[in-house]
Order: sequence, then C-alpha cells, then structure tokens
Amino acid sequence: MSDLNYKVIIGLEIHVQLATQSKLFCACPNRFGDEPNSNVCPVCMGSPGTLPVMNKKAYEFAVRTAMAMNCEIARYTKWDRKSYYYPDLPKNYQISQYDLPLSQNGNIEITVAGEQKKIRIRRIHLEEDAGKLLHEGNVGFSQVDLNRTGTPLMEIVTEPDLSTPEEARVFGTELRTLVRTLGVSEANMQQGQMRLEPNINLVITKDGKQYKTPIAEVKNLGSLRALERACAYEIQRQLADWEKTGVTMETGFKSTRGWDEQTGTTVLQREKEEAEDYRYFPDPDLVPVVVEKDWLDAIRKSLPELPIARRARFQTQFCFSEKDATTLVEDRATADLFEQALSLGAPVKVLCNHFISFWAMHANQRGVSIAELGVSAPRMASLAKLVGDNKINNTTAAALAEKLLTCPDDPADIAQRENLMQVSDASSLEKILDEILIANAKAVEDARTPGKKQQKAFGFILGQVMQKTRGQANPQVVNQLLQKKLAEKN
Amino acid sequence: MQITQLTAFDLLDQIKKRQLTARDAVEAFLKQIDKHEKTIGALITVLPEYARERADQIDQMLADGRDAGPLAGLPIIIKDNLCTQFAKTTCASKILIDYQPPYNAHVVEQLEKAGAIIIAKANLDEFAMGSSTENSGIKTTRNPWSTDCVPGGSSGGSAAAVAARMAPVSLGTDTGGSIRLPAAFCGISGLKPTYGRVSRYGLVAYGSSLDQIGPLGADARDIALVMNVISGHDARDTTSVPESISPKPDYLTKLDTPLKGLRIGIVKEYQSSDGIDPQIVAAIDQATKLYEQMGAQLVEVSLPHTQYAVACYYLVATAEASSNLARYDGVHFGYRTPNPEDYIDVYSSSRAEGFGDEVKRRIMLGTYALSAGYYDAYYLKALKVRMMIRQDFEKAFEQADIICAPVAPTTAFRVGEKTSDPLTMYLSDIFTISANLAGIPGISIPAGFSRDSLPIGLQLLGNYFDESTILQAAWQYQQHTDFHRQIPAGFIEQ
Repeated sequence: MSDLNYKVIIGLEIHVQLATQSKLFCACPNRFGDEPNSNVCPVCMGSPGTLPVMNKKAYEFAVRTAMAMNCEIARYTKWDRKSYYYPDLPKNYQISQYDLPLSQNGNIEITVAGEQKKIRIRRIHLEEDAGKLLHEGNVGFSQVDLNRTGTPLMEIVTEPDLSTPEEARVFGTELRTLVRTLGVSEANMQQGQMRLEPNINLVITKDGKQYKTPIAEVKNLGSLRALERACAYEIQRQLADWEKTGVTMETGFKSTRGWDEQTGTTVLQREKEEAEDYRYFPDPDLVPVVVEKDWLDAIRKSLPELPIARRARFQTQFCFSEKDATTLVEDRATADLFEQALSLGAPVKVLCNHFISFWAMHANQRGVSIAELGVSAPRMASLAKLVGDNKINNTTAAALAEKLLTCPDDPADIAQRENLMQVSDASSLEKILDEILIANAKAVEDARTPGKKQQKAFGFILGQVMQKTRGQANPQVVNQLLQKKLAEKN
Repeated sequence: MQITQLTAFDLLDQIKKRQLTARDAVEAFLKQIDKHEKTIGALITVLPEYARERADQIDQMLADGRDAGPLAGLPIIIKDNLCTQFAKTTCASKILIDYQPPYNAHVVEQLEKAGAIIIAKANLDEFAMGSSTENSGIKTTRNPWSTDCVPGGSSGGSAAAVAARMAPVSLGTDTGGSIRLPAAFCGISGLKPTYGRVSRYGLVAYGSSLDQIGPLGADARDIALVMNVISGHDARDTTSVPESISPKPDYLTKLDTPLKGLRIGIVKEYQSSDGIDPQIVAAIDQATKLYEQMGAQLVEVSLPHTQYAVACYYLVATAEASSNLARYDGVHFGYRTPNPEDYIDVYSSSRAEGFGDEVKRRIMLGTYALSAGYYDAYYLKALKVRMMIRQDFEKAFEQADIICAPVAPTTAFRVGEKTSDPLTMYLSDIFTISANLAGIPGISIPAGFSRDSLPIGLQLLGNYFDESTILQAAWQYQQHTDFHRQIPAGFIEQ
C-alpha cells in the first residue's frame, strides 16, 4: 500500500420536473399529490388513436435553463421514442430527445471552499415522466397511478468534471437554486421534482501504474445529502473492491446501484455488458421543432439576474457574508422579498440584520423559506424603518416580528397600540432616571468613580431604566442623560 | 330508384327536400345489412338503435326548420380502427375485442356534427395490416362481385359494404393502399387524401407517418361531399396541415370544370411492369385514351425509385408499427391473459394470445429494423429512399398535373390464394405504396371489368393537397363511363 493515490471522477445526470401548468403533451394539470389517476386523459393514458401535442411553455422553460447554463440552443430539434416495457409507461415508449437535444455544451460555475470551478454541461433535453407503481398492502397485485405520466422532465447531463462528493453536492445545490431562480421548477426533492444520478469511478495510481475502476451509476437519489453520502460511499467501496479483486473498467462491467438510506450503502442492481437497446427512432406523431431566433432573443431578455451574480451583489452591495448571501439567494422569492423591502425604504443594515437573525430563525423553525412566512415586504420594511428611525430597538423588533407572523397589522400600528414605541422624550426619561438615581446611591457612587466598577454601574443603571420603561427607553438618550446627571452632581 | 341504390348526393337531396326522412334512409340500409351481412361479412358492429335514435333527432331538427348539417341524415359506415365512444373499436384484433374508447375520433366528431349517421363499423385486416382483409381476427369479408374472392384490404369491410350498398359511403384508412386497393377490387371509388389533410386523432395507429383516413363511395362527388366534412386542420394532430399553409377547399366546386389542357402523367416504369394482368393494362390504356378525347394531354413521367417502394414501405411501416403496438400489453387496456405467471408473462402471453400472425410478423420485422446495429442499414436507409421517392414525385408534378396508374397488378384474388405467401400478398400494393411514402393523394375509380366480371380500378395520383384536381379528373371520367354505376347482382332491391 506504499505508493497509492487516486482521483475521483463524478458526472451527474439530473432530472428536474418543470413547473408548467399542464403536462408535456396534453392539457392535463401538472400537479403533485392529487387522487391517483385523477389528472389523466386519453392522451397521457396512451389510449389507442391519441396523439401528443407539444407544450411550448415546457420547451421554453428548458431553453431558459439551458441559456442560464451557457448552453448552445439548437435551432432544430425533434422528438424520439425510447422503447422499453414497464407497467408505469402506458405506451411502452417514452417520448424523449435522442441525437438532437434542445441544447448542449454549456457550463456552470460552482464555489467549493472558496475555490471557483467550472463544471461543463454536456446536454439538456426534455422528455415525459412515467407514472408510478403503488405496491400497497399485500393484495397480490400492484396499482398504477398515471398522474405523473407526461409531466415535463428536463434531463441535465454534466461532463465528468466533479472530483469530490462535496463538489457534487454543491453542484446540486447550485442547480436547485438556479431552476428556482429561473422559475422553471420548485425542485422540491421530497416530492421527486429533482432527482440525482451520479456516475462515479476512480483513477488509481499505484507504483506508477494507472487503474480505472468500473463506472457505477447510483440511481434516483432524492436529496443532496444522499448524493454526497452515496458518492463518498462509492469511493470507499470501489477502492476496497479494486484492492480485493483488481477488477478494472477493462475487465469489469458498468453497474447500476441503488442507495440504501438506512445502511448508508449502495446496493448492486445490475451489471451490464452493453448498453440496453431502446430502439430510439424519431416520433412520427410530432413534427420537428424549429426554433425562431426572435423567440430565443425574447427568452434571453426575460432571464432574471442569475444566482451567481445576485450572490456576488448581495455580498458587495449589502455586506452579507458569503454564507448568508448563499442562503438568501437560494430562494428567489426570499431574495426578491429582501430587495422589495429595501426599495420601500428599509435601512440596509437593519434589514440585513433582521433577515439573518429572526426572519431566518422563524423560517427554519417552520421549515419554510422566509418568503413563505407570510410577512409582506411593506411590513418587513416598516419594521426595519422603526428601528432605523430609533422608534424601537432591536429587542422590541424581534418581539414585534413574532407578532407579525400571526397578526396582519402594520408593525408601527402594533407598536403604537401596545405601547412599544421607544421613549426618546428626554423629559419623561429624565424623571424616571432621577427616581432610579435617588434609589441607588451606591451605583451612582460607583459610576462616578473611574475604575473596574464604573462600567458595571453604568450598565446597572441603564438596565433599571429599561426595566422601568419595559425596554422602550432609547438607550442613546438615556446614556446622554446619565452622563449629564453624573457630571452635574459631581 | 330504391333508396339503397341512391348516391349520397341524391339521398341527401331527397332528405333535404323532405321527400325522404333520415329514418327511412337508415331503415333501408339496416335492412340491406340484415339481408347481406351473413354472406359478405363486411361489418364488425352494427348500431341499429344508435342509428335510429340519431335519425329521429335529425328528422326532428329538419322538421323544426333547423340546420342539421351538410350530411344531415346520411348513413355511413366507418372502419373499426376509428375510435367511437359509443361503440367498440376492435381493429379486428382479439387484443381489442371488447375495447370501448373513452373518446371519439376527430372524423367521427366531424361526421356527427355534419349530421351523418354512423350505422356500423367495418371489418379490416387486423390493425390495418394486410391487402385482403383475411388477416382480420374476427371474420372474413367476401367480395360482393364474387364471394369466392377477397374484397382487398385493409379497408375490405368499408369497400365491400359500399359495393353491397349497405351504406352509400364509408370511411377507410390507407397506409400503403388500404383504401384504393379494396375500392378497386370492389368496383367503387376511394380516396387517400394527402398526408396531413385529415386529422389522424382517433385513428388507431399502424404506420403513423403513412396512415391517412379517406372516404369510399360510388363516385367522386360522393367522396367530395365527405371530404368537405372530414378534412381540415385539427390542433390535436400536429401533422395535420394548418389552414395558413393549405386552406381547406370546397371539394365540390371544381368537379364540373372541363379537363381541357390537363396534363396527365403516364409512368414510364409502370409500362414494363411484369406480372401485371394484361386486362388491367388494356383498361388503363382505354382510360387514358378517353382522357385524351376529353382534352387532356398525356405526358410521360419517370419515377425511377418506385421499384424500391415496397421494400422501403415494409421497413418504415413495420418500424412504426412495432412501437405503436407496444401499448397492447394486457396492462392498461384490451385483452389480458387469464393466468399470468408474473408481470413479464402478462406482457408476453397477452400479446402472444391477442395478436394474429401477420401483426406479429410485422412487429418482429419492425423491432429488428430498429435494433442497435441494424438501424442505419435498415430504417435510416429506408428514410433516405423515401426521400428519393418523394423527390421523384415532386419532379413528375412539374411536368404533369396528375398521374394515371393501375391500382393493383391483378383483380380480386380468391380467398386463401395468397395467405401462405406473405411476399406475394405484399406485392398487391406495389402501385399504391409510393403515394403513402411520398404523402401525396390518390384516388381509385372503377375503370372496367375483367373477363370473369371482376372490377378493375384506375388510380389517379395528385400533387400535395391537390385532391380537388384528382376528384375533378375522376368525376369527369365518370361523366363518360358507367362502371361506377354498376351494382353486383343480388344487391339490388327488387
């Protein structure tokens, strides 16, 4: 084991369900979670005699994604039939794109541990999703739910440019942020809207010689964590396998493996000598797609600011840390909400502080994004302005924020109504301060004497004022008053 | 004249003038069906209740003075591979023996909107694969001119039914000649429109890039009447031609225009065809002479790649069929094997028991042609040949307005004569297949009788979306001949 090192090679195949209103080739609603077989029609059920009609919106969504990933967009594409028999596929062929994908040769930048890396995109194409088999109860048969059949599915294939499990996860995160920003998919992984399939192998160098392990494809990973773990597991497994058997890409077969979340291992599904024969041929029911330049230009113009650019801007313009900027931009609606509140006059610093402190906390507790908390931009802006204008302090702001989650009123109204407005009125504060000074002669004494106890005494008096005013005293005003009083009595 | 002998045009005229009710018409044809279906076997499903109900509705509309549509009260029979929500659609296959579609085909919607009454669904070769209707998984159809003979196929039921006057008109489908061949064998007229002229939505697919629905009837005018109703763009079929590219004409308007100056192409390569019945050659010669007398001008055209048409067709059509028929698997619809061992067996046994031999043969051919390692040599090559055949026609139509050709090398052959030799059977379509590969329209019209009194067909091929000119040429020919008026003995009401 003296002179051994290895390089990890990972490529990803990612399926993303597009968030169009209707399915890819019929008018059925494209919706998750409905009664089985309720969103179906003769076309997606594959009834004899039916014909597909392409959903232009789905095509547009895929083109948007491809443009955002710097891909070349084909001006002429077609649809192909991919043949295989499975009960969740009513026609026993899937309409997909084989040799003329709608886009290819792109790239996307990721940042891992502060290092930027370009990951090349081989191709992006569209296809229809299959249905689902339900194996419920021990009834001796399975049931087929065709609601998902015909859902527009975008397949993204990278070049094998990823070299660590972490890079794979970061790429997956980046892609999820991108499709959300573009508004083409919600990419909810629990609901299978984004599914990941890494292809992994190792190039091992031992005693000056190179060995390539057989490629393993791990099917259908449903979370970014699973992706990272499965890649990490595969590295160790392939290394151990090679050390034990010496089998390489030349002597072994490509394998397909499944991920077992419980044991944290991958399980062999099948090894194949050659590629399966899907008998691809052009679908005669669909005319080829000829893409007009004007249409592409219009799509390009409508692209929003992309996550990479927005993240950079959030860092430089608003002084967010890289981590906070990444979190904010991950959800386009949240980033939009932030900028909207800003445009309504919220002070930047205060708003940033609110977002990374209590808004993020409430979102995390509820397992939603900040945008989904139900607090509108004007109300968030109003809250930030109250702090900026010294009408409330941050402690009150946090308390108010919690109320905003359940109460629809404007924060200024709530503050007014519940008497939470900061007291900056010097005369009323002076009265309170005087009472406290009289009652705490010892602290006054300490506060006047330079030394260790002075700071503590200051804090104590301030705390007393806050307690008396239920936190509403403007600390700056109190501070000034206190300085003045101590000087006076000296 | 008896109701069943009337053309669709005359029948509609009488209904319109209230000399005849839709119910009278329906009853007359149902009676004819009752009387002859046993001998002919043209029909898979007869719809007496449905037809009577529809007829009464239409009569009521007419009595109320409402517009009941251009085909109000016209009985029609449609091929049983066209989907109907109100009747089984079997494709003459055991695998769909009890299949009732959840929707109506576009042409069915159009016919019903126009007031036509579907009275029955006609027999065919299983999934429209065949040239004699002997491949039906349900029954054998006989030729009304000679019950020992086949009616041709695959729309044999649709053609025999019109020849036996079970309906004035019918719909068939044509993938390689399946309307024109049976029309010729049964002595009637039949049109295969340009690919894209009639929506295929609801036509159970055999070869999707070749399939086209068209009418069969006694004469060109009856066909024009039906074409006016079934053709036109349908958003549900992306291969159907948009109005902006080829607006739908009124097919009746040009019928009576004289043919003076029409350039009729005679195909050089067809002149030396071996194995073509000399009686057919003679009939075609007669027809072209007649056209010359009518003021048309004959020009020779060349279709050099036509010799590869049959081979090309049996790669393209079977490849598409192998994929189109994959859905009949016993899982989602149709026949399922009663006691499967496992889910793979649901597939293999349902298909083994449900499909007939010819369908299996074509699925295997197509699967093979699309397989890895063979695709380029077979399917891709066939697509290239198809393009050349298309270019042949484009060139020919620079010189000629229409092309005149035989429909088939023989007249109707005897039942059982060619069933053991599929290759000979495939050659029945040698003159019709090119039109499907190129996508052009073609019509078959009666042009004489053989010595043993079997009908001979004449084929007129037209340029893309120019059905009007071949209908005009056919109608003008029919003004000077009476072959199309002949009804086989025994089918005329006394």
